[in-house]
Amino acid sequence: MSTAADLHIHNPVEDVLRKERIPTIWCPGCGIGTTVNSFAAALLGQNIDLKKTVIVSGIGCSGRVSGYMALDSFHTTHGRAIPFATGLKLANPELTVIVYSGDGDLTSIGGNHLIHAARRNMDIMVVCVNNMIYAMTGGQAAATTPGNSITTTSPFGSFEPEICLPQLVDAAGAVFVARWTAYHVKQLERTMSKALKKKGFRFIEVLTPCPTLYQRRNNMGDGLAAMVDYKNRSKIKNGAPTYEVALVPGGEIVVGEFVDREREDYLTRMRRQLGTNYSELPPQPEEEEQEGCCSSC
Amino acid sequence: MMHADPNCVLTGTHFMNGDAACCEGALAAGARFAAGYPITPSTEVVERFAARVPKVGGIFIQMEDELAASIALQGMVWAGAKSFTVTSGPGYSLMMEHIGFAAMTETPCVFVNVQRGGPSTGLPTLPAQGDMMQARFGSHGDYSTISLVPNSPQECFSLTVKAFNLAEQFRVPVMFMMDECVGHMTEKVVIPDAKEIEVTPRRHASKPPGEFVLFEPGEDLVPEIAHAGEGYKVYVTGLTHDKRGYPLMNPASQKELIPRLFEKISRAADELTIVEAEGLEGADVVVVSYGITSRVAQRAIEMARDKGLKVGKLRLICVWPFPEKLIRELAPKVKALVMPELNMGQVVIELERCAGGQCKVISVPHPGGTVHKPADILAAIERGAE
Repeated sequence: MSTAADLHIHNPVEDVLRKERIPTIWCPGCGIGTTVNSFAAALLGQNIDLKKTVIVSGIGCSGRVSGYMALDSFHTTHGRAIPFATGLKLANPELTVIVYSGDGDLTSIGGNHLIHAARRNMDIMVVCVNNMIYAMTGGQAAATTPGNSITTTSPFGSFEPEICLPQLVDAAGAVFVARWTAYHVKQLERTMSKALKKKGFRFIEVLTPCPTLYQRRNNMGDGLAAMVDYKNRSKIKNGAPTYEVALVPGGEIVVGEFVDREREDYLTRMRRQLGTNYSELPPQPEEEEQEGCCSSC
Repeated sequence: MMHADPNCVLTGTHFMNGDAACCEGALAAGARFAAGYPITPSTEVVERFAARVPKVGGIFIQMEDELAASIALQGMVWAGAKSFTVTSGPGYSLMMEHIGFAAMTETPCVFVNVQRGGPSTGLPTLPAQGDMMQARFGSHGDYSTISLVPNSPQECFSLTVKAFNLAEQFRVPVMFMMDECVGHMTEKVVIPDAKEIEVTPRRHASKPPGEFVLFEPGEDLVPEIAHAGEGYKVYVTGLTHDKRGYPLMNPASQKELIPRLFEKISRAADELTIVEAEGLEGADVVVVSYGITSRVAQRAIEMARDKGLKVGKLRLICVWPFPEKLIRELAPKVKALVMPELNMGQVVIELERCAGGQCKVISVPHPGGTVHKPADILAAIERGAE
């Protein structure tokens, strides 16, 4: 008779997860875990030093991703993952810094930081899990909620149009902009792998289902129904102009890698402009305690 | 104990204002990174830092707002740097959430607030001391931090060094509560030799990854720290967490964490009773003050002594934690404690609590915009001596 131990199947990505933190808090049918799987596979498929790889998140369901990754993890305040990540990168440029958070966090409360990090071309990678709703707080309208959606704060349908994130970050100066859905797991992994190696401000939007709080109220079925919807409506258009990728309810979901360009990142530009005015001092050696004068004598 | 890096210390006698001296103090203390957002009357601190720090290998970044600045500086700390931010009243209000984050995540850092008149936009170019309660209780939830208040450019230098040292010693955000007068006042500032400036090193993990527990408190209730990129896989969250840093949200976890955040400061109350006292013995009235107000109080004390009154001086250099024990000992020995402040009476509430009805406590409030008239403080001293 087989035991539970015999049935254990090694998940190829579990080495980069904090296994003791699993199961996750996410609902059945949620797409966040799917994006994490692609991200973990991308991390393991790269020749990058995981000890120097840091993940930062804000608040919300997707904000919990940082805590499930076996990396240096920072679960910061609502909307402020990007400035925290900016501080990390500036003080230690050797770090590979990834911000992994939700649409409400990164684009509503954190919208200002998103714009300015892209403008500065701060060398960080941002993954925006877009489930089109404030999920953890109970299903309120977000800046990404499609117009006329029923949410707990828009019971008569939201009166505001949704924001087009690829267009926003493209305009602000991001050097890499892509969008996939939770259906496109392999494509997402490949895009994440590519973005991990690129320098500058990289932005990946991933559309994910939220059956519990978005789809249920809008009669959109369960998580599987969302995946079928993504499959049917998605069209891959790499290089598409970002002003043509707006999400229209019921319309085509344009996915792919839209922007991939080169632009000097913040630290490179800073050092170039400062020239000889920037000098890295050797670290000061720690002074040795003199014999007979330490506190334990 | 380490000493300041001589490459960053402007040893010598200078004529500089408080904002400049604060910047020099930060550099001497080892700060090589800062994030800020412009606001009067504080900006000169980071303007000078932006000009000085690249030459010693550091970075100043002007962020898009105070929220960004106050969390970017914490990213810098967790990457291994000493860093700070500088602001004034309205910006300080915006930073409150991240002061709580720093307290909860035990991030050693310094928040400089050059106070101006308020509330709201108030008096951008004129002094006040109206943020003193915000320094103690401004962020939501319960926490305890340290607030230092200088009264001269010289102290803006030396106490900034101390602020960074205390931040490292206790792993807390330290509030450096200047005011517009002190910030813009130009006086002699003597900066000693680097060897004479003690700098508290970070309490870095003494155990290797795997054995080290990020929020395991030491005997003094303060944990050691490890940084991103060192292989420790640190887990830092603003949620209530266990010793590993993992979120653990229940009453038992809250009860283990929050009282410790308080007690690591309260246990060091004697060490943190940093005051300038003079003439307390035999005094009938003691004037308690801090910051720029203490300099006006000095004049009032001299005027009162000329009239034959027995007046003592107690200047609070560390306002939070409040020197409770000292006040409890002093109150029964005097007729009155007189407290002038450039606010409508903030710290005096704490003074009253600690005096416990053992003597009169006379508040001398002032809405800010300028300093007290010595005569107003003198009148309060005379009332107290009756």
